[in-house]
Amino acid sequence: MRAFVVAVFAFLYLPIALVVLFSFNAGHHASEFTGFSVQWYGKALSNPFLVEALKNSLFIASTSALLAAFCGTAAALGLQRVGARTRALFDALLGAAIVVPGVVIGISTLVALVQLFAVVNPFLASLWPTDQPPKLSLGYGSIIAAHGLFSMALVTMIVGTRLSSLDRNLVEASSDLYATPLTTFRSIVLPQIMPAVIAGFLLAFTFSFDDFIIAFFVAGAQTTLPIYVFASIRRGVTPEINAIATIVLCASVLLVLLAQWQLGRRKPSP
Amino acid sequence: MRRSFFRKNLVTALLLAPAALWLVVFLVLPFVAIAIFSVGERAPEGGYQAALTFAQYANLPARATAFWNTMVLAPIGALACLLVAYPVAYYLALRAPDRWRLILLAMIVIPFWTSLLMRTYAWMYILGGRGIPALLTYVGIEDLRLINTPGAVLLGIVYGYLPLMILPIYVSLERLDRRLLEASADLGATPLSTFLGVTLRLSLPGVMTGFSLVMILLLGEYLIPTLLGGGKVFFIGNALVDLFLQSRNWPFGSAIAITLVLVSVVVLIIANRISTRLSGARRVDLI
Repeated sequence: MRAFVVAVFAFLYLPIALVVLFSFNAGHHASEFTGFSVQWYGKALSNPFLVEALKNSLFIASTSALLAAFCGTAAALGLQRVGARTRALFDALLGAAIVVPGVVIGISTLVALVQLFAVVNPFLASLWPTDQPPKLSLGYGSIIAAHGLFSMALVTMIVGTRLSSLDRNLVEASSDLYATPLTTFRSIVLPQIMPAVIAGFLLAFTFSFDDFIIAFFVAGAQTTLPIYVFASIRRGVTPEINAIATIVLCASVLLVLLAQWQLGRRKPSP
Repeated sequence: MRRSFFRKNLVTALLLAPAALWLVVFLVLPFVAIAIFSVGERAPEGGYQAALTFAQYANLPARATAFWNTMVLAPIGALACLLVAYPVAYYLALRAPDRWRLILLAMIVIPFWTSLLMRTYAWMYILGGRGIPALLTYVGIEDLRLINTPGAVLLGIVYGYLPLMILPIYVSLERLDRRLLEASADLGATPLSTFLGVTLRLSLPGVMTGFSLVMILLLGEYLIPTLLGGGKVFFIGNALVDLFLQSRNWPFGSAIAITLVLVSVVVLIIANRISTRLSGARRVDLI
């Protein structure tokens, strides 16, 4: 059994290790390692399209994760104060936001937004005093909103789990001692749920930064890093992609480790 | 008194408002939109034309291959995942030394949160012409085709979704009451019958959760069949990308998307039924 488990771990990590190894390959060919070099990193980072896509992805991921962390935490707090029915309705919708396949989320958001823009844009144009009215279109906003849906549901789930294990006695003690609800929240509840909020933010960031399929539908004229990488993979495998893949993998691993560390804090060891 | 009651409700409403707005505008409305589109017609220049017809649904057999591939490879893929995942989850929950357990668990979770695109790309690299096939020519095996086969897609599926299968099974095995195992052994059961009668039985809810999660995500999978199946093994996800981004037949694409969601719901309901029958469903934390 141990041998099997070792084999599975090797199966999980060897392909990634191979990509990282070949990102440092001096030669062009994938089948032989001809020497150590960082030239592909230089090539990747001097490619203006790639850098643009990377910047877009960073902007989209941080904005949607930040929005999701705020709204998700607020929702988790709000759900503690409502009746069973409202709670069940929210839980069902949040569950749907997580479980519905990304391809369906992408398509339905695309369809809805295109219809919405078709109504809103002429309306804006008729109201606008000058000849150049603002025109809503697919782009940063639609990607942020679509990613935020999944992320918010994720944050609500993580923070909600933490809230349900919160020590109620502390909250009651605080209000018995005449602390205002706001003070109780700030000094008792917030410190306890903060690790969960941060973990939720980091996971939301990772999700948005890695997502391909939703962005593929709603990106409009924008390019995110996964979209760029997907397009270049289809043109042919190059060592440059190995370098980008290595950077992205390292960044994700770092973020997930950080998230796990945050979630592990203040948790009694199992 | 009445005023504070009002204020309490106002705070609750304000806390829930952003999430509710988000869920309505970006989940409920879009879903309603594709439901309406699915009973419409394709406009001559592509896109949508209002109508009330079930022609799009009647036309579903036109994409039968995509449905067939998905409906065959998704359960097989989920089953393959399960067969690999169970021993790993079992080892982590019941056999691994304590100080290793959390580290190993983290090593399972990390790949799940790293880019599926990059991880699938790694296999494209390995199975592609300059990877394993090139190495095999040294030992005399020529012209072996690995990529763009159903096998490659299956491999990609197991690789991509293994963590998601291991975690719920691990959770259900970890909560298992060890005294039951001892009791079973004390009463003269063989290790095999203890495993079948106690361990496996009590971990079935976790198995069902993992299986249905993986199965549902696979129904909407696009990247793995595209990168490892080439143009040969395509899923419903590929049909959707084609219909929405290339041939612009939005009503037909919407009908397929609605069908996909309905199939997912059916899978979830069946899985839920089985789980509740096998003693209460359990929560799964993805991290």
